[in-house]
Amino acid sequence: MSVLIILLIVSIIVAGGFLLAFLWSLKDGQMDDDFSPSIRILFDEKKQDKSTI
Amino acid sequence: MQLKDTSGNISVQSPSIPFQQIPALEQYYYDNKIVKAFAYATMLWALVGMLVGVLAAFQLAFPVLNFNYPYTTFGRIRPVHTNAVIFAFVGNGIFMGVYYSLQRLLKTRMFSDRLGWIHFWGWQGIIVTAAVTLLAGYTTGKEYAELEWPVDIAITLVWVIFGVNMFGTILKRRERHLYVAIWFYIGTWVTVAMLHIVNSFEMPVSFMKSYSWYAGVQDALVQWWYGHNAVAFFLTTPYLGLMYYFIPKAANRPVYSYRWSIIHFWALIFIYIWAGPHHLLYTALPDWAQSLGVAFSLMLILPSWGGMLNGLMTLRGAWDKVREEPVLKFFVVALTCYGMATFEGPMLSLKSVNAITHFTDWTVAHVHVGALGWNGFLTFGILYWLIPRIFQTPLYSKKMATNHFWIGTLGIVLYAVPMYWAGFSQALMWKEFTPEGTLKYQFLETVTSLVPMYALRGIGGLIYLVGAIMMVVNLVKTIKGGKLLANEAAQAPALPKAYVKTGKESWHSWIERRPVQMLVGSLIVVAIGGIIELVPTFLIKSNIPTIASVKPYTPLELEGRDLYIREGCYTCHSQMIRPFRDEVARYGEYSKAGEFVYDHPFQWGSKRTGPDLARIGGKYPDSWHYNHMLKPTLVSPGSIMPQYSWLLDNDLDTTLTAGKIRAMQTMGVPYEPGYHKIAVKELLTQAEKIKEGLAKEKIKTPARKEIIAMIAYLQRMGKDIKGEKAASTAANTP
Repeated sequence: MSVLIILLIVSIIVAGGFLLAFLWSLKDGQMDDDFSPSIRILFDEKKQDKSTI
Repeated sequence: MQLKDTSGNISVQSPSIPFQQIPALEQYYYDNKIVKAFAYATMLWALVGMLVGVLAAFQLAFPVLNFNYPYTTFGRIRPVHTNAVIFAFVGNGIFMGVYYSLQRLLKTRMFSDRLGWIHFWGWQGIIVTAAVTLLAGYTTGKEYAELEWPVDIAITLVWVIFGVNMFGTILKRRERHLYVAIWFYIGTWVTVAMLHIVNSFEMPVSFMKSYSWYAGVQDALVQWWYGHNAVAFFLTTPYLGLMYYFIPKAANRPVYSYRWSIIHFWALIFIYIWAGPHHLLYTALPDWAQSLGVAFSLMLILPSWGGMLNGLMTLRGAWDKVREEPVLKFFVVALTCYGMATFEGPMLSLKSVNAITHFTDWTVAHVHVGALGWNGFLTFGILYWLIPRIFQTPLYSKKMATNHFWIGTLGIVLYAVPMYWAGFSQALMWKEFTPEGTLKYQFLETVTSLVPMYALRGIGGLIYLVGAIMMVVNLVKTIKGGKLLANEAAQAPALPKAYVKTGKESWHSWIERRPVQMLVGSLIVVAIGGIIELVPTFLIKSNIPTIASVKPYTPLELEGRDLYIREGCYTCHSQMIRPFRDEVARYGEYSKAGEFVYDHPFQWGSKRTGPDLARIGGKYPDSWHYNHMLKPTLVSPGSIMPQYSWLLDNDLDTTLTAGKIRAMQTMGVPYEPGYHKIAVKELLTQAEKIKEGLAKEKIKTPARKEIIAMIAYLQRMGKDIKGEKAASTAANTP
């Protein structure tokens, strides 16, 4: 079952990559504001949705 | 960027930037043309993929629909269906949604128009090639990864182009914060790339023929690590990203809890990749790996349901809109189906439940609740929302869309209920013993009792397809009434550079500030290096047989096995006897890991529409197989198996036989050195023997026919281990 080792290595690389991305996102302040991004995405169209915005 | 000023109040702009330094607004344009192209492709492949699915469904109820023609037989139609709906319909749906939302979330046009078009046409080219080659019988025989090696390479290239375009867009963004949807897109891209590359390790024999690098149990584990994660990272994570963008947009409400959505992403991504072994419960996979898979599968319910509830709660206070707006109706049912499928998934991963459901139609029902409900309905909702916007016109008919919603929902119910019913009743019939201790039902009886369910399921699928056709009509009329806004104007200030350069800098400090490139770069480097170094050593070493009597296939058997793969037999037949009383009584001794060491690729299958074949060898005479392939109902009345009469007519192609033997040798299969030179001669000798045997049973056939190779393979299956037993008994007798 040596292929398990390969899969574990690959999976751990992927997971490690995600861990790095997670740490980066913390450091970069991606998670400092957990409210306004959800509102902001609703406001990027000016021409359309006149009735709702 | 600091968001708090000195008094601790949260302010939107950093107070450290003086007024005159606030960057000016930049004018840019969103590219809607590429979104339109992917939307059209989504609609086209939806109809094609579902139509093929309906055909496959009715073939199980009415075998005459196989038309006794290789290219229209279930074993080839089914992979075309799965590949078309997953990679063509859902694939284009992902790209449509990503190209639309990414530009707007990052306030920029896509990185490169040209890359976008190469991506688009490349993907469509792959789809067409896939359909043609699969129908022509070019397949690797690995579920959801059937495409041959040149196509696999093309997929990798196009996927990399998509990645460059996506990460390029992220880098030139005008919005510092990466909205949660983008995180889901990134997770999808990275993981799918990794899965595809690892699972597609193949040894090419010719331009359109290759063997999986891995054998037997190892191949099974890699395949289901891939297979499970294909569901996780192709059908789930990108769609969750789309869900987090399009549901708030359509409801015009922020997502219920943004914090929750971030937790959802990170929890899901860390748990998902470990769940694959739940596809191999009770097989020869080591127990600890099975348990690991089960444990992570159970944990998955938390992030999955968190995401589902977060989506549904986004509609709090907006349920009046759901009543009127078909788009939201589709989204609500999509989320509900996601919730059902992700509750069911962990339950099916429990070993005791899996013992009943595995190999039955229950799995088919489970997958289709997710596919028809979650992927289908979310895509439909996005199309209904997006097409009117980029064509600057209201939807042609809201009423028709609402009708589509109800018809589609009815289709899902009519599909799923008969399949659950079929799965459960068949599993119980398989396991039922008489008071005398013999199996109560013949396998065939358990199949014929399901035929009405198969017919009903086909009707459910047909109804769902009718709904999709209504959608396409509705959207085509909408498009005709509007005009594409090819380049949509928008304005935003450039992203202020948080980093201030001081003095000289090396390349390394440049990459340090660019985590995305660094992540991608290091992943690629480490993965390529690791894989190239490890794969051959590990795999060849481990191919040393653990059961002495298990021998490589003869050239004729190998050719027969390739025919088995070509005809897609694995779509209906398993080759894995689990250690249960009923399976041992029905099929023979349970399967051992050591029996599959020369199986490149493994052919364990995942569904028993027909009986298990792991120990079919020697069970019936050659003439039985001959007649069975000619017309299955001749020897088993009521069988729903298609005819394979062309195997009787086709000459066996031996031009690749020597190359196949050499490929096997390269992968460590212990044929004698130089064996490839005499392989064809050996093949003919064995074929002559089978021909003579058949002649004694009053069947006249030339030796060089495909049927002879097929019979040779079928008669070999599962026999080696019996040799071991005979040998050891002989040794023990004084």
